[in-house]
Amino acid sequence: MYRIVSKKLLNPTVCMMEIEAPFVAKKAEPGQFIILRVDESGERIPLTVAGFDREKGTVKIIFQIVGATTLKLNALSEGDFIQDFAGPLGVATRVEGLRKVLIIGGGVGCAIALPIAEKLSANGCEVTSVIGFRSKELLILEDEFKAVSDKLFVMTDDGSYGERGNVCVPVSRILSEGERFDEVIVIGPLIMMKFAVEAVRPYGIPCTVSMNPIMIDGTGMCGGCRLSLNRDGEKVIKFACVDGPDFNGYEVDFDEAMSRSAMYRDFERHAYEETCNLFKKKGVNK
Amino acid sequence: MKPNMSLKKNPMPSQDPKVRARNFKEVALGYDEAVAIDEALRCLECKNPACVAGCPVNIRIPEFIKKVKEGDFEGAYNVISETSSLPAVCGRVCPQETQCEAKCVRGIKGEPVGIGRLERFVADWHNAHSEKTPECAAPNGKKVAVVGSGPSGLTCAGDLAKKGFEVTVFEALHLAGGVLVYGIPEFRLPKKIVGQEIENLKAMGVKLETNIIIGKTLTVDELFDMGFEAVFIGSGAGLPRFMGIPGESLKGVYSANEYLTRSNLMKSYENEPVTPIMKGGRVVVVGGGNVAMDAARTALRLGAEKVYIVYRRSMDELPARREEVEHAIEEGVEFKLLNNPVEIIGFNNPDDPRDPKNGFVTGMKCIRMELGEPDEKGRRRPIEVPDSEFLLEVDTVIMSIGTSPNPLIKTTTEGLEVNRHGGIIVEEVSGKTSRDGVYAGGDAVTGAATVISAMGAGKLAARSIAEFLLK
Ligand SMILES: Cc1cc2nc3c(=O)[nH]c(=O)nc-3n(C[C@H](O)[C@H](O)[C@H](O)COP(=O)(O)OP(=O)(O)OC[C@H]3O[C@@H](n4cnc5c(N)ncnc54)[C@H](O)[C@@H]3O)c2cc1C
Ligand code: FES
Repeated sequence: MYRIVSKKLLNPTVCMMEIEAPFVAKKAEPGQFIILRVDESGERIPLTVAGFDREKGTVKIIFQIVGATTLKLNALSEGDFIQDFAGPLGVATRVEGLRKVLIIGGGVGCAIALPIAEKLSANGCEVTSVIGFRSKELLILEDEFKAVSDKLFVMTDDGSYGERGNVCVPVSRILSEGERFDEVIVIGPLIMMKFAVEAVRPYGIPCTVSMNPIMIDGTGMCGGCRLSLNRDGEKVIKFACVDGPDFNGYEVDFDEAMSRSAMYRDFERHAYEETCNLFKKKGVNK
Repeated sequence: MKPNMSLKKNPMPSQDPKVRARNFKEVALGYDEAVAIDEALRCLECKNPACVAGCPVNIRIPEFIKKVKEGDFEGAYNVISETSSLPAVCGRVCPQETQCEAKCVRGIKGEPVGIGRLERFVADWHNAHSEKTPECAAPNGKKVAVVGSGPSGLTCAGDLAKKGFEVTVFEALHLAGGVLVYGIPEFRLPKKIVGQEIENLKAMGVKLETNIIIGKTLTVDELFDMGFEAVFIGSGAGLPRFMGIPGESLKGVYSANEYLTRSNLMKSYENEPVTPIMKGGRVVVVGGGNVAMDAARTALRLGAEKVYIVYRRSMDELPARREEVEHAIEEGVEFKLLNNPVEIIGFNNPDDPRDPKNGFVTGMKCIRMELGEPDEKGRRRPIEVPDSEFLLEVDTVIMSIGTSPNPLIKTTTEGLEVNRHGGIIVEEVSGKTSRDGVYAGGDAVTGAATVISAMGAGKLAARSIAEFLLK
């Protein structure tokens, strides 16, 4: 059992928790993920490591309350325990040797991008960050990004904060003005990553994306997390949990990944509604 | 006592095929005492028992069967447990027809003695009547780490605990048991039986740490730093393979591992599951091993209207246990033998890219095969029959064509050698790897094999580890 050391809502639908998990905290690196189960009968879900404190033995997770499991997780409070917390899984984001990097984060993906930006900045790398949200209420981690970025662009789709438009707007502008980076790292919803990759492609800068397909074991045993890469005209199948979650953005078949991520949409919607109703009946407040 | 000269085994009482094809309860119900004794009386107690040589761990079969004849079931259990750690499991899942029973003299004229059924009876009898945990030697103060809690790891842990070692088992998943809990379905091996084995180990002082992935959470070297003096790696067969044909990423295509894990470990067969699985419709399973049979029979139980097995060779080459094939046929699985998939077809609405049905499987294109000349192993090689393609209309495709080793431990353990297939290399006589103090066994060494061979490898390694640490 793993104790929830602290809990904080970052916006109405995004929650941050610090979990006591000394083994994971000792090893975790930005870009890796954990798998958790909320309770004895819960499903296994992957969440990316959003931070860690090796001394305190805690790992930070940030999650959007979108389905039955995240709803249940969010119903727990400081001091409560979650059943299982395994990791760190996957390969850490490669940061060695990078001197100048463009980081693009979308929505809750910013939570994953932040520790990478922090690590890069600590390594003396120049960091430009572009973070995008649907609107002002959904904005998270602005101050944290400011602290580690040499330049920061905040975007909202509706223009309620920062600049109006999606993340591709400043990205295309910066690149077309001639600025160059050793690498571009994109983390966010699939559709956003797809378009961000296309915005970067003409400039040929190495572009890494972080994939988050449906997973079960997270150890390579089931193949449910597979995705296709198009490598020199050949289709290559990779398992996101062991080969990723980072992949070369130019190679990823995003359309397939989007299609696969919707495989259980009806089931998930139903489970979410059931859990909402159950909580309403029991009077659990969010 | 007069031998029972009946040419046939006592039949196994089983749930009716029509009923059981729709529930997850155990199919075979087991012998009762009278039937067990009657079956035991078919054994002629050969002076040079061939069956013993046919058993990968050399259980002294005629000796335990003699005890059954005498009604001394606990005595029979004691004979078995001297060489086997998981009799309730092996009695249910061993391929007896190619091992002990294949060698039984009674099989020359008629059916062999039902050795597996008797083993199962004895183990179940013991579990129902005896609470005794095995005796352990006084603690010798030495710590051993076991990686993986499948049959090889559990056996190695149990044997070492008996010898007085302090054993900790590290398991990546949230539940111990390996393939016995996430792969083999409830209707063939009730989880209660595996749970009981694990409780036994705990009672012997074995510690179990779940949610620890060796190679990620901790490395093998860190285990040594933590004070473990030897490590056994029983991490199993690894990553599921796909065929590399078009359409394998469509929605509705599973690996057998994923399908069975969703159903068994995550219990998506329950009424209100938390982990989804595609139920109902028409299902095709590609492959002919035990895993394929389990997937096909699970699909029926999840409510499929129609279940096919597509296998590229013929009935004679099917690698699955005979009994599982017979059960699958009785339950209504249709075998499409001498066929091979060439493409999986998905729904595509050209007018509406947002049609929610887009990307779901609608069929699998197959080609007929015929058997050519035997290959090096003597298995006749399947060859495609030109222009014989046809479409099988299905909603779910389950690929059950084997596994390739998981590189997690190999890549994080310096000096651990693997063969060109990725299996860990061990000395055959000891289970020792290329690293001092590191032993390995089971599917991680051999590739996907059997419960009994994994168990045998766990035993061998336990013996070698004891010699190594107590010398
Ligand atoms: C569906 C199915 C049906 C089968 N039916 C039969 C049958 O009828 N008869 C038969 O004899 N055999 C059968 N087999 C084969 C048999 O189950 C295996 O040969 C046997 O379980 C192998 O045992 P093992 O201990 O080597 O590994 P496994 O049982 O695979 O256990 C390995 C364990 O190690 C864990 N692990 C892996 N990597 C790590 C890591 N890095 N750190 C920590 N833990 C790790 C895994 O999570 C797993 O729990 C079947 C297999 C399957 C999949
Ligand atoms: S989640 Fe099962 S293989 Fe990746």
